[in-house]
Amino acid sequence: MTTLTPAAAPIRPAPRTRGIPGGRWTRFVVRRTGRLLVSLWVLVTASFLMIHLVPGDPVRAALGLTAPPDLVAAKRKALGLEDPLLTQYLHYVGHLFRGDLGESIQSQLAVSDTISQRLPATASLALLAFAVAVAVAIPLGVAVAVATRRGRRRRTELTFAGTSVVLGSIPDFLVGVALVAVLAVNLGWFPVAGRSGATSYVLPVIALAIGPAAVLARIVRVEMLSVLDTDYIRTARAKRLPSLRINLRHALPNAVTATLTLGGMLLASMVAGTVLVENVFAWPGLGSTIVQSITTKDYPMVQGTVLVYGVIVLVVNTLVDVALALIDPRSTIGDS
Amino acid sequence: MRRWSRVLRTPVGIAGVTMLGLVLLLAVLAPLVWGDHADAVDTDNLLAGPSGQHWIGTDNLGRDLLFRVLVATRLSVALALLATAIGTTLGLLLGVAPLLLGRRVGRLVVAVVNILVAFPGLLLVLFFAVVFGVGTRGAVLAVGVAIAPGFARLVQTFVAGIAERDFVAAARIAGVSRLRIVVRHVLPNIAEPLIVNATITAGGVLLSFAGLSFLGLGVQPPSYDWGRLMQEGLSGIYIHPLAALAPGIAVILAGLAFNLTGEAIAGAFGVSTVTGTADPLPHVPAGETPEGRAAHEGTVRDDLVLDVRDLAVSFPGGVRPVRGVSFGIAAGEALGVVGESGSGKSLTALSIARLVEEPGRVDARRLTFCGTDLLEQADHDELLGTSLAVVFQDPMTSFNPVMRIGTQLAEVGRHHQGLSRRSALARAVDRLAAVRVRDPERRARQYPHEFSGGMRQRAMIGMGLMGSPRLIIADEPTTALDVTVQSQVLELLQGVRREQNAALLLISHDVSVVADVCGRVLVMYAGRIVEDLPTDALRTDARHPYTRALVAAVPDMATALDAPLATIPGQPVDPAHVPAGCAFAARCPIANDRCRTEEPVLRDDGTGHRVACWHTAEEVELLSIGTAGGLDTPSPRGSGYSTTDDGSGYSTTGDGSGYSTTGDGSGYSTTGDGSGYSTTGDGSGYSTTGDGSAGRVASASERIETKAPGEEVAR
Ligand code: SF4
Repeated sequence: MTTLTPAAAPIRPAPRTRGIPGGRWTRFVVRRTGRLLVSLWVLVTASFLMIHLVPGDPVRAALGLTAPPDLVAAKRKALGLEDPLLTQYLHYVGHLFRGDLGESIQSQLAVSDTISQRLPATASLALLAFAVAVAVAIPLGVAVAVATRRGRRRRTELTFAGTSVVLGSIPDFLVGVALVAVLAVNLGWFPVAGRSGATSYVLPVIALAIGPAAVLARIVRVEMLSVLDTDYIRTARAKRLPSLRINLRHALPNAVTATLTLGGMLLASMVAGTVLVENVFAWPGLGSTIVQSITTKDYPMVQGTVLVYGVIVLVVNTLVDVALALIDPRSTIGDS
Repeated sequence: MRRWSRVLRTPVGIAGVTMLGLVLLLAVLAPLVWGDHADAVDTDNLLAGPSGQHWIGTDNLGRDLLFRVLVATRLSVALALLATAIGTTLGLLLGVAPLLLGRRVGRLVVAVVNILVAFPGLLLVLFFAVVFGVGTRGAVLAVGVAIAPGFARLVQTFVAGIAERDFVAAARIAGVSRLRIVVRHVLPNIAEPLIVNATITAGGVLLSFAGLSFLGLGVQPPSYDWGRLMQEGLSGIYIHPLAALAPGIAVILAGLAFNLTGEAIAGAFGVSTVTGTADPLPHVPAGETPEGRAAHEGTVRDDLVLDVRDLAVSFPGGVRPVRGVSFGIAAGEALGVVGESGSGKSLTALSIARLVEEPGRVDARRLTFCGTDLLEQADHDELLGTSLAVVFQDPMTSFNPVMRIGTQLAEVGRHHQGLSRRSALARAVDRLAAVRVRDPERRARQYPHEFSGGMRQRAMIGMGLMGSPRLIIADEPTTALDVTVQSQVLELLQGVRREQNAALLLISHDVSVVADVCGRVLVMYAGRIVEDLPTDALRTDARHPYTRALVAAVPDMATALDAPLATIPGQPVDPAHVPAGCAFAARCPIANDRCRTEEPVLRDDGTGHRVACWHTAEEVELLSIGTAGGLDTPSPRGSGYSTTDDGSGYSTTGDGSGYSTTGDGSGYSTTGDGSGYSTTGDGSGYSTTGDGSAGRVASASERIETKAPGEEVAR
């Protein structure tokens, strides 16, 4: 974390072990959990406040201008909007702990039911896309790094750099639209929309995976290149190990450590990326739900889905940090 | 201004700026020129495909799509720029807040920003879209606020870099107000990278905004931007795919225009990442160097473990750090190589070990190891893997940090001796014991960071003992170690040499180390051997002025320990610009005209003592050496070559070139999450490449080569 300590400030010894006994691992876990909890609290509070930050009366907005005033009043009461803010907040948090996310204004269904029904479609999409991106990016990045090292095969390098920049900067939903137009509409190879069987996954997964794969491959390449120039790789070469072993056993794990940080960010953003891609493919997941409920001003539903998305992202980030600490015991644990 | 013109000299720059110009031009002109066409309803052509009349077809009201896409440029670009302005301003404020508001509030701001950047941009956008309301105004605010944390993080990183600088500290001590420090000292220094990043951010915002409108949360009809057009097109994609694709392509091109421009500016202002095209290697035929001519073809001794004739290492651009080196080592012999950094001693060692990498090039007239010609295109891996041991300078970095020590030793046995995993590991433990690592079983299971420096160097030697080394090359094996363990490591090397009857090639900048261990010394200067003599003769019979200066600079018992360190006056030769004549002439107190024009040949006096100097016979007054240039000669850095001696070999590739938006590394800082949403990404936090190595190289280049008080030299 970046802390901006003024240079002239007196140096205080860092309170290293204060309050937290045990080894570095314990401290790491405690600190990381602490950060997760704070972030969760911010998230919950933000999602609670959302309904209050909306301009005008949220219930009136949801039910429309023509709705009878007593219906609006009843609904407001049912949502607890007449209570003092603090009471509402405690109420909201209390219900959260019981897994109760409230009730949709539009469909009267429990928000948690809708979410648990739609989450699998989104989660499977994101995870599959992430797996594909990693499976493509790591071998590709390694291969290009090894092949173009030290100014060799400049043409390959330039092609790779160009392609990956372009692919990495095209948003997933545009890729999705293009894929639909070409592969589904024109060629008819895959279903245009919906979630029905394995083939329906192909296009959304490609749309989600292609950009992150390109970005990841570039990073793997850069990391590989810098690792291949280290002293310990020179040592490995001095041992005359087969180049496959040098590249995969000696270099790759070191390159991946740094890559993983970004991989985690990519996974988190892929989860978010599903929102757009799902709308391209009319995918029955959380992404379509959130957009629908925003347009219909179904605020409890919006709160619930935003919360779930946010929690997933935070958990993914935490898991990545833990994985990093496991792979590379030196780095993450020692300092904050 | 010159830097701006540099932007236009790269293909990326030209493409980016041209595209950006076109986009902006369209944004201004298109609605004026085609505004009416775009709204004209053609009821005969509803949802029509491409035709002569409507090039990419029409929408459900029969309006021409091409015109609509063109006209939509203005709204799309304007909204993106507006949102970018909001976001970057907010980000800037948040970014400098820690500096303005003092430590406590500053920490809070940093913490909040850190929490926010953990969320993908799209989630923030959606959240704020709800809060600010669906529609154009809400969307602009939402996107603006959502990109602020990422930008703030970037600003904080840049600010942190500047805040540490001396002039800021000085201003602070002088009592300059915080606001003034920020405005006068900090902002001007970070303006360039921020502008670059803002440009790239604008590209991302354009895409985000299109996404938002595509979801129906942005621009509302009857207004339309590209995202809106895409949404309308998608519903009719069965009939008319182009309707959805055309605005999509427009979005991509416009986004690319911003991105490329940003990257190009970054490239022109920061460190260029593109290496120059490789010059053809200047190839000096073997035997044409003075030394080559002097070496006699016929005298091939077969008791030599290593026989090197006319070894040269060259790099593109005409740099020849090693320029014809010939020597041999017999079994059991300990040969030292001394010289300043840049003298080519380490590269000589690396090229013998066949570890010089492209684009470095090794030429030699003869290079045999254990009777095998290493110049032959054949697989020498097994021979080199088992019979050649290399001990590198820095044991801290020479072991793979994520592999156990035992595994790293055992590899040799696994790959070259056909041992099973188990017996290779057993041998590794045995070898660790042989180099006197205590508790080798347990140590073998540990990672390098659990070893001390001296212990690691022992393990490195042990690694060389996995086979049965005929030659041990030790490149500054004790330089990175504590004084207390240096002698232990040297003793260990000596012991190993005796036990195995192996030859030892010990490279050091320290004459006394070499004198302790070796029987013979090669003195290298500017890629040449200038003297080859028995260690015994160093004090009594050194004939080259450079050797004598080196020797005279070695402190002896009489030297006060707190005496200042001395250097030999003058600068080492830059391998890219080796002067004509004797390379040492510029620093030589007795150089004359002949020295400056004619290069002295390395001559054998018949006893094996070789010297390359025109004036060996003269008794020289060396008095002037120590006093002439004073003690503080500039350190031999900055030739662009300093990396070479490090073995990494002339690497100017600069892939992780400090400046985070330039290099290849920038991909992730700007494109962020691939979906184009968290536009500023997190390039800041993520800079693991690059700078580290540069710093290490700088520190590794041995600044002061010879330690001694000036009086000693002058005696
Ligand atoms: S050749 Fe001349 S310049 Fe070179 S070392 Fe000898 S005396 Fe000095």
